[in-house]
Amino acid sequence: MLAKRIIPCLDIKDGKVVKGVNFVGLKDIGDPVEIAKRYDEQCADEVVFLDITATYENRDILKDVIQRAACELSIPLTVGGGIRTLDDFRMILSSGADKVSINSAAILNPQLIKQASDEFGVQCVVVAIDAKKREDQSGYDVYIAGGRKNTGLDLLTWAKQCEDLGAGEILLTSMDRDGTRDGFDIDMLNALMRVVSIPVIASGGCGGQEDIVEVFEKTNCDGALAASLFHYQEATIEDVKALCAKHHIPVRRNYETRF
Amino acid sequence: MIVIIDYHVGNLMSVQNAFLKLGMDVVVSRDHDVIRQAKGIVLPGVGTFPVAMEHLKQYDLIDILNERQQAGIPILGICLGMQILFEKGYEVCPTQGLGFLKGEVRRMEVQAKIPHMGWNDLMMKQKHPLMQYVHQGDYVYFVHSYMAYPTDDELIAYCEYGQEKITAVVAKDNVMGCQFHPEKSGKVGQKILLAFKEMVK
Repeated sequence: MLAKRIIPCLDIKDGKVVKGVNFVGLKDIGDPVEIAKRYDEQCADEVVFLDITATYENRDILKDVIQRAACELSIPLTVGGGIRTLDDFRMILSSGADKVSINSAAILNPQLIKQASDEFGVQCVVVAIDAKKREDQSGYDVYIAGGRKNTGLDLLTWAKQCEDLGAGEILLTSMDRDGTRDGFDIDMLNALMRVVSIPVIASGGCGGQEDIVEVFEKTNCDGALAASLFHYQEATIEDVKALCAKHHIPVRRNYETRF
Repeated sequence: MIVIIDYHVGNLMSVQNAFLKLGMDVVVSRDHDVIRQAKGIVLPGVGTFPVAMEHLKQYDLIDILNERQQAGIPILGICLGMQILFEKGYEVCPTQGLGFLKGEVRRMEVQAKIPHMGWNDLMMKQKHPLMQYVHQGDYVYFVHSYMAYPTDDELIAYCEYGQEKITAVVAKDNVMGCQFHPEKSGKVGQKILLAFKEMVK
């Protein structure tokens, strides 16, 4: 049986983690590779690096971070942020990442999804979607530019189009919940899951371990992404997995901690 | 020393690093002399069956792999590298494989999403040195749409997906293969590579 994935996400700027992660005994608390290694040891199922570097010139730094991470990690790595072209895909994958996540670029040029999945395989194309409930409650709009710009696209229509173009996975962030720590947006996830059959990763709103249990119990999503919960060490990944296991949610655990 | 066969099928860095971390002397090469000196051979691979076979031909690697297989050198195929150990594949077009293992590689027939992607738990069918440190129910990382249909006696472990048994580990004598990626499978994957390391004399 496939395990539900627990995925920590790191925001990276100029090669450094933006939100300070304060692990005990970590040499460089700003180094994404060191932090990702810790998550790997805690049995994270995947790690996401979201590059928020503003300038294109600093891409070499990102490349170096990916290469080092690929050497150190024993789990899959997804990289997103600022990807615009097939060449960006090529750089990130050849540096050792397993998946590439695209957001605005997919909306500006939907064919990028098709070109990337044709060339590199559907398994490495993740489309990240930021969505927010419309004021008249009639559905959800897709936003870009970090949630500042409403594209006017309908979430369900866009997600279906992504799937048809060859997206391998959707990473759905709720703009209503992001940063609130009020729990994942169950209604929005369920609405999305009714129209697509590719894996969906839930993001935005995770405030505690129970929220992760809730999202797996109330939706059929494949993974849950969280940042603060793990960065501030309110819970380790192993804590979350132990709680999931207690609720009979299939999760991957180390043999030593399984019983 | 073990050699990771470089035949232009995706990124070999993570496989190489996984062995380096185990303190293994490992090189990435397609040089016949290097391959002949190696005490173990790893055949990685991402892509499609016909392209992988085409590249093996192009780099003149088929005869030497046959020679090393007959010499009893441990060979480990990973993902597509496992699939081409079989006699025939049907991805894109029917293509002859290396034929070290009996059986064919066909598209998965499951009532579930394809590709089969993510962490799935292993069910052991028979004991094998490669799996000596792995427990029933340990999770490993899969990404594939085609699967091998081996003979019963060459199937070592499988996983359940979409109510079907998916071939996970196969072996016959010195030839072994994993459908999943041990280099992406956390501690469990490391234990499998460690077991392979120990089989390499």
